[in-house]
Amino acid sequence: MAELKYLMFLGCAIPYRVSAFEISARKTLAKLGVELVEMPEFNCCGLPLDPVSHETMLILAARNLALAELKGLDIITLCPGCAGTLKKVNKMLKEDKALRGEINCHLKEAGLEFKGTVDAKHLIQVLTEDVGLEKIKNSIVKPLTMVRVAEHNGCHILRPKEFIGFDDPENPKILKTLIEATGATCLDYMDETECCGAPSVGVSDKVALQLARDKLNHIKSVDAQALITICPFCHIMYDTNELRIEKMFNEVYGIPVLHYPQLLGLAMGMSPDELAFNELRVDCSKVLGEVCDRGK
Amino acid sequence: MTETPQKMVKSSEIDPKFKYEISKMHGGEKLMRCFQCGTCTSDCPIARFSDTYRPRQIIRMTQLGLKNRVLNSDTLWLCAACFTCTDRCPQDVEVASVIRVLRNLAAEQGHFPQVFKDQCASILESGYAYKIPELRVKKRETLGLPPLPKGNSESIKKTLHEVHLLKHIEKKGE
Repeated sequence: MAELKYLMFLGCAIPYRVSAFEISARKTLAKLGVELVEMPEFNCCGLPLDPVSHETMLILAARNLALAELKGLDIITLCPGCAGTLKKVNKMLKEDKALRGEINCHLKEAGLEFKGTVDAKHLIQVLTEDVGLEKIKNSIVKPLTMVRVAEHNGCHILRPKEFIGFDDPENPKILKTLIEATGATCLDYMDETECCGAPSVGVSDKVALQLARDKLNHIKSVDAQALITICPFCHIMYDTNELRIEKMFNEVYGIPVLHYPQLLGLAMGMSPDELAFNELRVDCSKVLGEVCDRGK
Repeated sequence: MTETPQKMVKSSEIDPKFKYEISKMHGGEKLMRCFQCGTCTSDCPIARFSDTYRPRQIIRMTQLGLKNRVLNSDTLWLCAACFTCTDRCPQDVEVASVIRVLRNLAAEQGHFPQVFKDQCASILESGYAYKIPELRVKKRETLGLPPLPKGNSESIKKTLHEVHLLKHIEKKGE
């Protein structure tokens, strides 16, 4: 079997305020035999600056791909924004020689060159395509059969289809399959694939929070015990901002928001402490109760 | 930046070359294909909650050459870049990319929200889009996490030094 070794691209949001995602991802990946090598140096993937300068985005993304090429390793990211951007730019520069030449002129200033020899993948792509469902299922020692959750994929792991081409953007199945591998039930709900609103924070917080609220309403209506995310920004919208949304719209949700590897880790028999559940804002004692009671 | 009030279009306001300018830019190539069906607006999650953001309208104004109205409009900045419009457009217009092209042009003229200026300045300084507090960096060790990779500010600045955007960053925003 091929060696599973990747360059870990953390992105900006995770080290800034979403460490539970990183902690639980590193632990579950280690258990699945995936080796992670740290980036030698780091710069933002470029996505946040795409709205103001497409060229800056291209250079920043290409810079990271060039650094990964020097290491000779494929990139794994936990953030779909980073994964989507690196994937897209990788594809663009591989196919468009003129553009590649232009971007390489900028990289040359720092002694770097994009050659197009590595790939960039999001955590759930690595889990499904490289680790494989079978291996994940074999790692489960404590199936979460009593737990009913909802999933939220986020936009950049699905769209635009032309560049991502990983799951069906209109009816995504991969995260659901990964959730069901833990033994938990994954519920369908209205407008599952809709945006969480995070990119509009800072431009119009009101619109952004209304979007998140709309989704929380749909998730509540199917009586999910938790929401499972795979994106740091979506997690901030639903977990960090849940109390704010409750206050603003005079609602009560109390829906805990778990990073997918936290759910997976529980099913692998790890403790909530090991998986940094204490870092989550919304109280998750109820759903953890379901898991822990079964262990008794 | 204030919202342009809706008013009659004067012919002097129209820049007939604008649509060609956009069509030449990466992502804007298919602008002219739009036949105003409105799929983008009806599927747009932002349009659902905003009274002003309408992607179809932005596309039409661009086709008509209402350059200044489009580029000075605050609503341009509401797009969440979720790419639903791009994926669902029956004419294959990359709506989100056309909007990105328009935002890029507005930014070149210095019209863009402060949040982007802060992020750009932070990337140039540290590599990260946010200023990560020293405490967070130190806490990683107690959490059992490896040290955070450092940004190479000098090298990043070298690769970006010819980029137009930086003019507005070094000047510091309004």
